[in-house]
Amino acid sequence: MILSRRAMLGGMASLAAAPARAADYVITPVVIGDGIWMVRGADEPIESRNGGAIANIAIIATPAGTVLWECGPSLRYARALRQVAERLTGARIVRVYVSHLHPDHGMGLAAFDPAIVAALPGTIAALAAQGQGYADGMYRLLGDWMRGTDLILPGRAIMTAQEDFGGRALRLLALSGHSSADLALLDERTGMLLGGDLVFNDRAPSTPTAVLPAWRASLDQLQVLPHGALLPGHGPIDPAGIAAIAQTGDWLNWLEGALTQAVRDGLDMVEAGNLPIPDRFAQMAVARYEMQRSVSHLYPGLEASLLPRIDVKSAP
Amino acid sequence: MRRPTRLWVALMLMLAPASAGAIPPADPLGSPMWSAHARTLFGDDPVRFDPRVIVSFPMIAENQRAFPVVIDSRGIVGVRRMILLADLNPIPVAIDYRPAHAAPYIATRIKLDQRTPVRGAVQLDSGQWLVSGGWVDAAGGGCSAPPVSRVKGDWADHLGEIRGEVWPMANGQRRVRLSFRHPMDTGLVENIATYHLEALSVIDGAGRLLGDMDIWASVSEDPAITLLVDSAADATLRVAARDTNGRDYRAALTPARQSPMPGGR
Ligand SMILES: [Zn+2]
Repeated sequence: MILSRRAMLGGMASLAAAPARAADYVITPVVIGDGIWMVRGADEPIESRNGGAIANIAIIATPAGTVLWECGPSLRYARALRQVAERLTGARIVRVYVSHLHPDHGMGLAAFDPAIVAALPGTIAALAAQGQGYADGMYRLLGDWMRGTDLILPGRAIMTAQEDFGGRALRLLALSGHSSADLALLDERTGMLLGGDLVFNDRAPSTPTAVLPAWRASLDQLQVLPHGALLPGHGPIDPAGIAAIAQTGDWLNWLEGALTQAVRDGLDMVEAGNLPIPDRFAQMAVARYEMQRSVSHLYPGLEASLLPRIDVKSAP
Repeated sequence: MRRPTRLWVALMLMLAPASAGAIPPADPLGSPMWSAHARTLFGDDPVRFDPRVIVSFPMIAENQRAFPVVIDSRGIVGVRRMILLADLNPIPVAIDYRPAHAAPYIATRIKLDQRTPVRGAVQLDSGQWLVSGGWVDAAGGGCSAPPVSRVKGDWADHLGEIRGEVWPMANGQRRVRLSFRHPMDTGLVENIATYHLEALSVIDGAGRLLGDMDIWASVSEDPAITLLVDSAADATLRVAARDTNGRDYRAALTPARQSPMPGGR
């Protein structure tokens, strides 16, 4: 303890020379229902200035203890979150849900006993296969923010459609499309739907692991599921719970259509990434950024399916 | 990554015309490799930086194995040669293109091994080189990571597959898009020797060479290339390519296949 404080004082003294020393995370829970709070992520890319804290997180108070929905990008974040959450509810954390494999949602799980961290089996498998690559990427992007964060796998594979915490029932929906396994959660008491990254709101969806038909099918399921307000994975809460689902579907349909047409029109990836974004998405944060990322994710596959074969056998 | 860079530079310095005369202009991008590359590539020819060489790429290098770049110097008359270069890649030059009967335009995708300047250099008939470009942030791993098809093990099943299409343009030229299945091995990954497409040409129905290029392994796996060529609207275009194992690739772009939709810009 003394050592780290001295190290920190040293760091303060040389702040001008070494601006890489990160600030601390600011974690501000906002009540969104009876015994449920959100911690809003920044509607930005993962960057040094936000420490990777870009995903929305929820804290749920139950008679059996505190439940966390997502645990943030780093060990440092998750430790701070745990302190804030337990002070808020006065009860220890008994469950942490990680919605999917992306590091802004779950890299912080190293702060908890893996036995209380639950994720879909597909998420655990994907983390085992790809998690180290994501962890390396986060260290490169965020440096000191990530210090001490190791890749740990969730210890509990979700095999049931519901968990009950002393009478507060949480419905667990096993979906996919944003990634190979996407968890959504319905808090029965408040009707609050936690969409994970299946739903974005006024923040452009990201597609690095997207399977668009599956994603659309998941959105259809969420749309017909009776629920109240919706906390998306990124962006502000949707009070009526429907607009954000519709907007996410609208963006994905537009994106796929626009990129398909771009391949048919003979555009290269740079040109496709500069196509106009419709006015109805003007309020979306990071729209151009995510659109260009999506070109990288989706374009080669579209080319392989849409451009005809033209190879000919050379004359013998 | 340092050693291959130095080796490459040393090799190119040996090949370059020996001269003490030409001193390249100061680099607006401040690249540590600019002088060495400039002396190697441009020799005694005059060089200057010119924003009319438009080098475009996305705001983020989402995939370091396939970073899209366009060099467009259609605003300049008399361009005979175009080089796509990433200073700090272990294999700095990606493509050396001669647009004989084609617009001075090329789009492709390259590997990035680290944060690096990405440049287009075009040479005029007078011998003068005009250069432009910008820094690209990259995580690395593009040149030193194995190709996806090597990891999947299916590269040989698809070798030789070529896809493409041709579109008429408003100015009478034609936009040609080509994509080859090829692992484009850099030789920088353990136990996998260098193996890449090294030459490509596009010829019209009368046998006229429209454009040809040398290609290096810093071009992405499954190379995708877009060109704008001069040719009659109904002419069949022929594509010939060769890889470093001497394997030949042939393709034909027939007008019957072309979309009536004028593509691109
Ligand atoms: Zn995600």
